[in-house]
Amino acid sequence: MEKKLPTIEIIEKYCKGCHICVEFCPTKVLEMKGFVASVKNLEACIKCMQCELRCPDFAIKVTP
Amino acid sequence: MAFDYDKYIRPGKLPHIWCPGCGHGIVMKGLIRAIDAVGLEKNNTAIVSGIGCASRLPGYMDCCTLHTAHGRAAAFATGVKMARPEMNVILVGGDGDGTAIGGNHFIHACRRNIDMTYIIMNNNIYGMTGGQFSPCTPTGAKASTTPYGNPDPAFDVAKLAIGAGATFVARGTAYHATQIDKLIVEAIQHKGFSVVEILDDCPTTYGRRNKFRSVIEMMNRLKEVAVPVKAAEKMTPEQLEGKILTGVLHKVEKPEYTAEYAKVIERAQAAK
Repeated sequence: MEKKLPTIEIIEKYCKGCHICVEFCPTKVLEMKGFVASVKNLEACIKCMQCELRCPDFAIKVTP
Repeated sequence: MAFDYDKYIRPGKLPHIWCPGCGHGIVMKGLIRAIDAVGLEKNNTAIVSGIGCASRLPGYMDCCTLHTAHGRAAAFATGVKMARPEMNVILVGGDGDGTAIGGNHFIHACRRNIDMTYIIMNNNIYGMTGGQFSPCTPTGAKASTTPYGNPDPAFDVAKLAIGAGATFVARGTAYHATQIDKLIVEAIQHKGFSVVEILDDCPTTYGRRNKFRSVIEMMNRLKEVAVPVKAAEKMTPEQLEGKILTGVLHKVEKPEYTAEYAKVIERAQAAK
């Protein structure tokens, strides 16, 4: 059975590029693309929601 | 399911003014989750602040908000609470606003034990005004006004609040994000003056002067220095050297000010 992937929405207008989400993601799903965060490897996401919890800029929304 | 923060944020106010990596956004998220968990009604909740980076928070919140003079958040909030005792009053502010300029208001609000929650975001510096040292800047740390190191010993905000008579005192950090809302929930539900000190990071004015190379390094420092109260009981004084206790530090029951004041009114009217 295929794994149901979550959706990670990054609001680029809000992101200030602080790296917190990239550093605290335990499975390295996110990366920095220029000044804003972006999704690199969605398959690795374990839906721990750390990025959404820690983002100080309300820029990440994870829907499992 | 992802938490819907938009329900409590004024439309069109984001992005906020805080610097990249500033922990105030994390604290604001914790506050929103706590308000939602307690089930406070937006129209019956007043968020009061003074001046500073942290004090910009009420501007983003879709509740009753009051942005007041520097350090005077506790004074204005006391007025709100006395006029409308049924209102839930939450104060937010930084360490400079709460313990230096508003120090007197802070200790007397603690002494009165008026039913409010004060969230102090302690980032060890005056961020907005350009990085001057605050009473919470650690000894030896550099600030724009102490370029050769700060000679003053720092305030322990939690101990100050306990000494002044606050009935609920807790401490969290911006790193321990899920703990923030638990502490704030407990503080809001407590009847009396509750203080929640949240250790925060200021990468722009504190971090770069004190050899923190990144936001992540500042967050990891918060992780390293924080010790939960229960774990600290089993540790020796040597192990606790340089550590900061987190969790609920003090909780007692005392008569609450607005209830006591209502009794005064009753007595005065009976004497007529």
